[in-house]
Amino acid sequence: MATVTEKTAIPTGVWKSDPVHSTVGFSVKHMVVATFRGSFTDFGVTLDNSGGEPVLYGAVRVDSVDARDENLKGHLLAPDFFDAEKTPEIRFTSTDIRTEGDELVVDGELEIKGTSRPVVARGTIVGPVENIAGKEGVGIDLSTTVDRREYGLNWNAPLPKGGFAVENEVTLHVHLELAKEE
Amino acid sequence: MRVLGISGSLRSGSHNTNLLRVAAQVVSPPHELEIFNGLRDVPPYDADEDTDPAPEAVQRLRDAIAKADAVLIATPEYNSSLPGQLKNALDWASRPFPGNALRNKPVAVIGASTGMFGAVWAQAEARKVLGATGARVVDVELPVPHAEAAFAGDRLADANVHENLAGIVSELIAAAEARPAELSAAA
Repeated sequence: MATVTEKTAIPTGVWKSDPVHSTVGFSVKHMVVATFRGSFTDFGVTLDNSGGEPVLYGAVRVDSVDARDENLKGHLLAPDFFDAEKTPEIRFTSTDIRTEGDELVVDGELEIKGTSRPVVARGTIVGPVENIAGKEGVGIDLSTTVDRREYGLNWNAPLPKGGFAVENEVTLHVHLELAKEE
Repeated sequence: MRVLGISGSLRSGSHNTNLLRVAAQVVSPPHELEIFNGLRDVPPYDADEDTDPAPEAVQRLRDAIAKADAVLIATPEYNSSLPGQLKNALDWASRPFPGNALRNKPVAVIGASTGMFGAVWAQAEARKVLGATGARVVDVELPVPHAEAAFAGDRLADANVHENLAGIVSELIAAAEARPAELSAAA
């Protein structure tokens, strides 16, 4: 039986993220011991390999953050954290996409709270695969770790017995199902 | 721009209320600074009373903040922190939390004390509390020490401190002007 998935080089064409079957989120250590996960529900990502160098770019609406608690969400949107009123979007544009063995490596500029910094994200690309509707799909998983203070997300609270409420290193994850534009 | 001044001190001869009066003098038209006079009436926070409609004095506080483009708080320092009644008022103002009157509101904190440190710790604690409410806290402070000798008529006796106050008021108004008009003060 033939396998239905295989890792490939960057497929040609323009590919757009499926908002339902894709996830953009983050994880951060909370209260020293636990891992808190949050996600954004309103985002769009495009992989454009229609000519020249491939580019992966996307934007996330900050006010779509899903933190499962309205008070926490309110604090995340406030100037202490993302300042959604002043900077309503997180943006990413790649500067280089390559494969290293089985690994997908994406260099790019990540803009959070109005500050743009270079990051290197690593993960995988799978496909293209033809789905049951006859359309081609690609899967991309990427993650990178940033120090949130470099983007001005400085809030923290010391704990009575040492340590801080929220770790400064935050891992960003994207799990994308991208469909080829007709 | 309309700036609401809130003095954390209730007494009639308050140095911090005087500080806000000086601030009102340095606000140049068409901007204006009005000093809130209802702090004493705000009841102690009680979640049982945190209802819709809110207690009248609480609603006055929330409305005054909502109608202002920016807030300037002048705080004394009690036991290295901000006075209970001021903290209590900020707690009421922060409710219900997600859309509270302080959310994204530009706020600056200044302070006077009769000691030599000018309420600098109270100001820091007030900024921390305001950050937690979701306010747009302007990163400034104005310690006015030895408050009993700090005023000369409607000015601050120390010209440098007076200029610093004027600079803080300008920065606060600039923060208010930087907001999208439709998101600034409630009509």
